Amino acid sequence: MKTIGQRIRRIEDSDFLRGKARFVDDFHIDGMLHAAFVRSPHAHAKIISIDKTDALAMPGIRVILTRDDIRTKTVTDRLAVALPDRSYKQQRDRLILAGDEVVYVGEPIAMVIADNPYLAEDAVSLVKIEYDVLPAVSDCREALSPIAALVHSDGPDNLVAEFVSSYGDVETAFVSATHIFKDSFKQHRGCAHPMECRGCLATLDLVDDKLTLWSSTQTPLVAARLLAEILGREETAIRVVSPDVGGGFGPKLVFYPEEAAVAIAAIILNKPVKWIEDRREHFIATTQERDQYWDAEIALDKDGKILGIRGTLIHDHGAYTARGLTVPQGAVAALTLCYVVPAFRMDVRVALTNKVPVTPVRGAGQPQGIFIMERLLDLAAHELKIDRAEIRRRNLVPSEAMPFKKGFVTRGGIPIVLDSGDYPACQADAIERAGWFDFPRRQSEARTKGRYIGIGLANYVEATGRGPFEQVRVRIAPTGLIHVATGAAAMGQGTKTMLAQIVSEQLGGAMDRVVVTAGDSAQVSMGFGGFNSRQTVMAGSSAHVAAVKVREKVLQIASHLLEADASDLDIAGEHVFVKGVKDMKISLGQIAKAMAGSAGFSLPGNLQPGIEARENIVIDAMTYANGTAVAEVEVDLETADVKVVRIVFVHDAGKLINPAIVDGQITGAIAHGIGNALYEWMAYGDDGQPLTTNLADYLLVTSTEMPTIDLHHRETPTPLNPLGVKGVGEAGVIPIPAAIASAVEDALSIFNVKINQIPIRPSDLAVLLDEGGAGV
Amino acid sequence: MDQREITITVNDKLFKETVSTRTTLADFVRHQLRLTGTHLGCEHGVCGACTVLFDGMSARSCLILAVQADGHEITTVEGLAREDGTLHPLQQAFSDHHGLQCGFCTPGMLTTLVELLRDNPDPSETDVRMAISGNLCRCTGYLSIIAATLDAAKRLRMGRPA
Repeated sequence: MKTIGQRIRRIEDSDFLRGKARFVDDFHIDGMLHAAFVRSPHAHAKIISIDKTDALAMPGIRVILTRDDIRTKTVTDRLAVALPDRSYKQQRDRLILAGDEVVYVGEPIAMVIADNPYLAEDAVSLVKIEYDVLPAVSDCREALSPIAALVHSDGPDNLVAEFVSSYGDVETAFVSATHIFKDSFKQHRGCAHPMECRGCLATLDLVDDKLTLWSSTQTPLVAARLLAEILGREETAIRVVSPDVGGGFGPKLVFYPEEAAVAIAAIILNKPVKWIEDRREHFIATTQERDQYWDAEIALDKDGKILGIRGTLIHDHGAYTARGLTVPQGAVAALTLCYVVPAFRMDVRVALTNKVPVTPVRGAGQPQGIFIMERLLDLAAHELKIDRAEIRRRNLVPSEAMPFKKGFVTRGGIPIVLDSGDYPACQADAIERAGWFDFPRRQSEARTKGRYIGIGLANYVEATGRGPFEQVRVRIAPTGLIHVATGAAAMGQGTKTMLAQIVSEQLGGAMDRVVVTAGDSAQVSMGFGGFNSRQTVMAGSSAHVAAVKVREKVLQIASHLLEADASDLDIAGEHVFVKGVKDMKISLGQIAKAMAGSAGFSLPGNLQPGIEARENIVIDAMTYANGTAVAEVEVDLETADVKVVRIVFVHDAGKLINPAIVDGQITGAIAHGIGNALYEWMAYGDDGQPLTTNLADYLLVTSTEMPTIDLHHRETPTPLNPLGVKGVGEAGVIPIPAAIASAVEDALSIFNVKINQIPIRPSDLAVLLDEGGAGV
Repeated sequence: MDQREITITVNDKLFKETVSTRTTLADFVRHQLRLTGTHLGCEHGVCGACTVLFDGMSARSCLILAVQADGHEITTVEGLAREDGTLHPLQQAFSDHHGLQCGFCTPGMLTTLVELLRDNPDPSETDVRMAISGNLCRCTGYLSIIAATLDAAKRLRMGRPA
């Protein structure tokens, strides 16, 4: 291997390190105007009137646009983005700008366009809106009560969707079980918080009537399609580009009202318009993941083998459908994946609330599903007095059962088949590294010194590589440079380096000769972008096949030009050469020039012109990555503070393209998982007011909370794609809350503390310690 | 808007500029001087992405007004590499250790850590953790940044005459 599998330095780094990156707020166009949004201060209210007079009287204010002002430029008032599903009871598409009723704090109502962002924000505070405040629903359980206030005043109730996910004979499993254990769980996940908030810049080129939107989106190709629909334009008249994006982590995959509004403002004013979200707006107007309430029970036979799992889930959807049912579906689908669970049934109700919509955050519900499964197994292990690792070993899907067909299908109706991996070996490796069997001795020793340490583990299987395709075009330019273009979007995961490594493997191994353009709708004809740990699988596969085709053609042409057999040729750096005869060579640039043709002359070998391949490799089946996390914690009884001391993480994401990048993805996601387990809490009042709206109140993990991490990669190639790769971007976050909960329970077992809720905040843990008689 | 003239040195270059009195130092360097390497992650002094060196001391440029920098020397991330383009050893170590992913927090990390390595050429791991405890990163989980910094410290010590 020349480049695949190597720890190659990223091609992205140089610009980032020198301050020469181009994030959307770094773009400047002369004459550019600036937008700021007037947002609802109420979780639920009718809009009685909007008075722009005072705001418009300010110097530097160009226009203030409301729903009625933008209607002339759009085909629709709403963003119809929901993924198709039969489970919906109500269609709740977001408005571009709200006109009659607002249903969450932060919902955009009007847009101020001014000469600079300071003036725009000044004017926002002068737009007078009269509201009739209505009762709001904050808690998703209360939302489903028959006497609950309505989230939307025109709704029949607050149930936006309802579905049952089931397979096997659950009734019989529970009737025939030797043991049944059940419990209730509350899970809260907060916000994604990429360090760059959202933002976009739109400009209309009247010469070719083309609208360009630079947006910090994870899905530029999807955004281009939606903009075309909303504006009633041809897709070719719209270009959406993701420039450098300062982290995504889920919410930037969603298309937002502000992206449409800014584009419309640029059309109305015929001026470039920029909008940059601030952090407070990010807290109130960017999608989040939030609350789930689970009741779950597990049935086991006399040997501790699982017979079935069943339960109910109430999921907080927020006020609108901004993506789909992906989070509850992801949670339920992930729950049993690692284990042989013969029968399963989960009844899911999805509740509207007067809060910003819920869409996937890194992990997309899977951490919650894993949390339920692993909590149930810890409960069973405790009751049956079986070691926690042992009960898992008895139930993990064995390697000899691969491929292992689960009883249900993905949201797109595609069968869930675990394709590869050795889950029991992975767990065995992890607990060995963590010193699992020696830990009770260390724990007793620590307790004699008044220290409470604990160890816990969790397994996960992650659905990665969501299809159907991601386009990649590979072309050799007359300069000899290799141009790679894709709809895949770069947001920090090293996507450009990954694609360059895959392409370079076939075309000479010189990374510095590969130029990657990611996330530009003008460069590819179709595509999606970055989400669901999919880009190395989907774009990587297309890149590989395209590069192989380009390589074959290069060798064919070179064979004519060098008068040598193609099988005697190879590519190194920028040259094709005859193996063993170093002087017989021709550069890729010369070959590209030859294939550009000369008027009236035949092309070499009568081949088709150009050296280019465009691929949309279609892979419907998802590939399933797996792993085991072991967490070691220490709990301070006086402060109820949990310190994560060490994480052992052993995982299998198939063949690795760049192990250094994979290390980075896993480590960063573990940090996110620690935040979910212990710190991140997006608080709302009963009236739907968001209460944590800055980074001092909402705690992200910092350098001082990071534990030692022992990370180990196993590499079982998947048979589902030509490179054998599985996705890895979300893996690290998935088992961490479950592993930490297990470890905290272990540390505090003498106080009989049960962790049924995440995050495990000190205030909650202090109550549990008091109840357990910890006496501090 | 109230305007003032300020004289300010940024990355060893002297600028005489007219600024609005309420313009932050961050917005001034980003949008008036077009040095967009300094990033704004929260605009309330918590995330550290906008950190610059103010007379050699790390400071949040989102919490300082441009007029307060009148007569002072500012170093931004653009001023860290040598004029010939050679990266600062810390920048090189970040690339070698995969100490950055999306790159948005990176300028603030670099300026904060350049100050640390200047004042403490042989920092412990804890020293590094404490130095960047006010700089948020959502991508890396910090460990690669810590490793890069310790390696850069070593490189700088070896490169220095005893």
